[in-house]
Amino acid sequence: MQTYIAQKPGTGGKVLIGLGIFFVFLLLILPLALIFVAAFRGGWELFASNLLDKDMLAAIRLTLWVALLTVPVNLVFGTLIAWCVTKFQFMGRKLLIAFIDAPYAISPVVAGLCYLLLYGNQSWLGGWLNEQGIQIIFAWPVIVLVTIFVTSPYVARELIPLMEAQGSEEEEAAMVLGANGLRMFLRVTLPNIKWALLYGTVLTTARAVGEFGSVAVVSGAIRGHTNTLPLHVQLLQQDYNSIGAFTAALLLASIALLTLILKTLFEFFQNRKLSGSAH
Amino acid sequence: MTKSTRVLPGFTLSLGLGVFYLSIIVLLPAITLVMQSLQITWDKFVFYITDPRLLSSFRVTFLAAGIATFFNLLLGLLLAWILVRYQFPGKKLIDTLIDLPFALPTAVAGLTLSALFAENGWIGQWLVPFDIKISYTFCGIIIAMIFTSIPFVIRTLQPVLEDLSPEFEEAAETLGATRRQVFLRIILPHITPALMIGVALSFVRSLGEFGAVIFIAGNMPYETEVVSLMIFTYIGEYNYPAASAVAMLILITSLLLLLIVQLLQNYYGKRLKR
Repeated sequence: MQTYIAQKPGTGGKVLIGLGIFFVFLLLILPLALIFVAAFRGGWELFASNLLDKDMLAAIRLTLWVALLTVPVNLVFGTLIAWCVTKFQFMGRKLLIAFIDAPYAISPVVAGLCYLLLYGNQSWLGGWLNEQGIQIIFAWPVIVLVTIFVTSPYVARELIPLMEAQGSEEEEAAMVLGANGLRMFLRVTLPNIKWALLYGTVLTTARAVGEFGSVAVVSGAIRGHTNTLPLHVQLLQQDYNSIGAFTAALLLASIALLTLILKTLFEFFQNRKLSGSAH
Repeated sequence: MTKSTRVLPGFTLSLGLGVFYLSIIVLLPAITLVMQSLQITWDKFVFYITDPRLLSSFRVTFLAAGIATFFNLLLGLLLAWILVRYQFPGKKLIDTLIDLPFALPTAVAGLTLSALFAENGWIGQWLVPFDIKISYTFCGIIIAMIFTSIPFVIRTLQPVLEDLSPEFEEAAETLGATRRQVFLRIILPHITPALMIGVALSFVRSLGEFGAVIFIAGNMPYETEVVSLMIFTYIGEYNYPAASAVAMLILITSLLLLLIVQLLQNYYGKRLKR
């Protein structure tokens, strides 16, 4: 079956395109433009002083720290799970896939509540950890944990369709030819999934940096201590420091934009790879 | 498949570590919530969920999510259609920007939309003469939900629209079908399953949306409070049983909707794979 080839629009088509562009402009381009304009409304100096504010810097540091711990964990386990469900058939495979997807369905506030109940001081685990002198709730460890939860599907979700489509003949050939497991993974699998893996990582990073609802529940949002950048946006907004809030928003929006650019690039490379191997 | 036929290594390792990871990250916290909500007696449960303020928030959330999803159904159809069917300048840019709501943190989306639609905002000021207020009203909730779930319908529709071979339409047109008939009898049946999946995902996302909504909603009790904000408020009051009761309701609703999506996906086979 051939796929549809895009054509030059007729009159009706032009109307539809115009309408589509209108909504994209209204709902996507204008908000993005507003962030950049609003952050600089007070001029460069105010922007710089907002950026170098000590609470802002603390929020940036904490956010980066959380992302730094979250991303590698999800990268490793996401790849392992994708490997497991695409290369093998076993009982409960579908269930495992459903579990990977579960965080998509769970509202951030509900996710936060789950972690609060588990690690709060009134629970068996939280109480026990507290007795050991380990503070998890209302501190950075629980922010990391809940962020791992929220971003857990992304790497696996990027890899599973691709690895399923690629099949496992190449890996099997490598094994039959005597490669060991690690060598096979590094030389055969990794080059095949490289771009999807990179995009999964970028997406995980973007979501880890931007998570709001669940972190708001578990962190306590203590200024300068457990306040991540998205929480800081809200805090500044509540302080009626609109320009400051948009300064923090600008940082987050830049990461989002970078994500989109990298996505386009990675998809381009992945497609080139696919069409290259077909010839 | 028996173990002896497995050529590839790492089954035990990847399964073991994968299950271990999901148990700690997903299963254990979820079970904690279920256990907590099982401790609530039926009478208490009924008491919690019949609180009039909570019931209003349910009405607000479901209504806003319904309207936002319906809008996204139409917008998604439109955008997926023009992106697949037509060649026009800026197409690649629009295709890239569609993913913005996934990449942009919800707090940033909420902050920006509320400023955009405020009475002195870039869009809001044009609506003042018509006496339309969006920020800090019910309409604001709809706008926030629309924004955060724009990509779902488009991204599920695009692949199936691309798959729809032009021959069917050409055949229908040769046989004298009008454009309307072609759309209703050929195109619509083909894309309906994907459309339903996109709609369900969009609705689930809107139900649970928190960050974007609270910035723009105004959060007036009985009027512009969403369910996730109610849960957040209960948590702030250390009323964990009430929070758990409501959270369970939302969780079960979302999981049921997603189960339906899964069944649809399995039923309509591989062409819908994302």
